[in-house]
Amino acid sequence: MTHFANYLTTYLTTEIILYTGAIGLLVIGLLGLLVLKNIFRLLLSLVIFESGANLFLVLSGFRANGIAPILTSTQENMSQLVMNDPVPQALVLTAIVIGVGIQALALSLIIKIYQRYRTLDMNEIHRKLEQDIAGISQSTPLASQEQPLYLYQKNSLVQNNEGEK
Amino acid sequence: MDISALIALIIVFIMLSSALCVLFLPNMIAAVMASSVISLSLTIIFALLKAPDVAMTEAAIGAGLGSLILAIGLKRLNYFNIESHQSNVSGTDPGQ
Repeated sequence: MTHFANYLTTYLTTEIILYTGAIGLLVIGLLGLLVLKNIFRLLLSLVIFESGANLFLVLSGFRANGIAPILTSTQENMSQLVMNDPVPQALVLTAIVIGVGIQALALSLIIKIYQRYRTLDMNEIHRKLEQDIAGISQSTPLASQEQPLYLYQKNSLVQNNEGEK
Repeated sequence: MDISALIALIIVFIMLSSALCVLFLPNMIAAVMASSVISLSLTIIFALLKAPDVAMTEAAIGAGLGSLILAIGLKRLNYFNIESHQSNVSGTDPGQ
């Protein structure tokens, strides 16, 4: 037990813990982007993914005994002071602001989709969009191989389209 | 293990658990709040990493303005009700 505690204190440094957190955020965000169906939740997981990338970038410029990148040194102690790398920090400073811009743009698109189709489910939106395109182009909707069969067993798509004609 | 590693361990635990909450909580207001918790714990981590300017920007813009934008969007998407237990799996949403 003491050996295990020794191991923890030696190897579980701040950097390793924070790298675990950054990679965890990236993995959770990517998981959400892949598996979720609600497009508002897709936006939220995109925000998580962005936060993980920001944390990873700032961590890449971190040094163990560094100070904040502000020029406080004089001529005498110039060689002893170690700074964190300021370039990733400036990059992340820009990326946070741009991230909020992306968030606002995506949210406005989601609101427009909701006002048009009254749903946020991805499959439902895809179905209604295909129906709309077929209605405009005066053709029957294409039967996609990826779509589940029950849509066509109920025959709802074809009937709606013929009713519009 | 020094004190900063201990703080980092606690904050990372809070951050990852609230990231899982964002994906799986049925109520949308709670999900937006959990994403705000992620931003705030990221602020503490940036301050721990000796990046005070990034921490200030993340607190003001990432946590403040981002959560405000998401809350306004919730209002527009008819998700702004506290007692909803709608799941996103079945494809239903309270707006209908």
